Amino acid sequence: MKPYRGLAIIFGFYALGEMVSSALHLPVPGSVLGMLFLLSALLSGAVKLEWVENEAELFVKNMSVLFIPPGVGIVTYLGLIKAQLVPISVALVLSFVVTLFVTAKTVEVVRR
Amino acid sequence: MNPYGIALTLVVFYVFSELHARRKAFYTNPVLLSILTIAVVLKLGNVSYDSYMESAVFLKFLLGPAVVSLAIPVYKNRALIARYAKEISLGILIGGTTAVLSAYWTAQLLGASETVLRSIAPKSVTTAIAIGVSAKIGGIPSLTAVLVITTGLLGNAFAPELLNVFGVGDRIARGLATGVSSHGLGTARIITEDELAGAVSGLAMALNGVFTAILLPYLIEVI
Repeated sequence: MKPYRGLAIIFGFYALGEMVSSALHLPVPGSVLGMLFLLSALLSGAVKLEWVENEAELFVKNMSVLFIPPGVGIVTYLGLIKAQLVPISVALVLSFVVTLFVTAKTVEVVRR
Repeated sequence: MNPYGIALTLVVFYVFSELHARRKAFYTNPVLLSILTIAVVLKLGNVSYDSYMESAVFLKFLLGPAVVSLAIPVYKNRALIARYAKEISLGILIGGTTAVLSAYWTAQLLGASETVLRSIAPKSVTTAIAIGVSAKIGGIPSLTAVLVITTGLLGNAFAPELLNVFGVGDRIARGLATGVSSHGLGTARIITEDELAGAVSGLAMALNGVFTAILLPYLIEVI
């Protein structure tokens, strides 16, 4: 029954994160809060790495497939994308190049 | 509940993952190819997105626990975080903010609508977190998902070459810039060229995800 310990911890922290996010009306997603709570629990020693390691890595390594259903939702917004194709594509490419450059140069300056 | 949506998703993804394992290139990205294929199948079969989602929603739900699980790679890399704490925190602070503002302002200047602006703002963050943030700030999570994947493909295809053009030789700088600008897909490429840069990139992706999730809801109200 070992996998249930890991799954109980992961889903428990997820539920806790959602509860805190909605109770305090925080704009941060509950899943991100759950991740921070789990990280604190690992750092403080309340949760041991080996209790959750295998189950968490199953999620992390197979995350890709989970993006497909929300991605397919794009079919509902084809008109919107077609209408704003220029701002969307220019913003994506320009922002990627600028972010890559600014981040790399920031780190280079700090390390000098 | 119909089983077709989840079956279609898993079958299509399995086929494209096999293809990607044989031919590793940015244009064989299994997530993007699966999204496009399923979109075409729904269109040809005259099936609505809602009826596809009736069972596929089960996969989407698992994004929550998957984000919680990201605590494990961060915890395992805590020594690396401590060693490069100054570089990592400043890189994410400045780079993560640049990613949001440059995309938002460019799209705004070119006339994008408010909903599109809110959907594009979290595009440099790993998909699972970006979808959650998009929903929280009034964007369209589906649009954000596709924009995030497209951004990742840019990093996967061009990040190392662009860093060469910019004359960036430092491995920590290369890894951090790739992770902050193009999350997991960028990381997947740079790790094949340099293991240290790849580890830093994966770490930057996780930390930038958390940073953006916390910053963006407040930032979006003031810009």
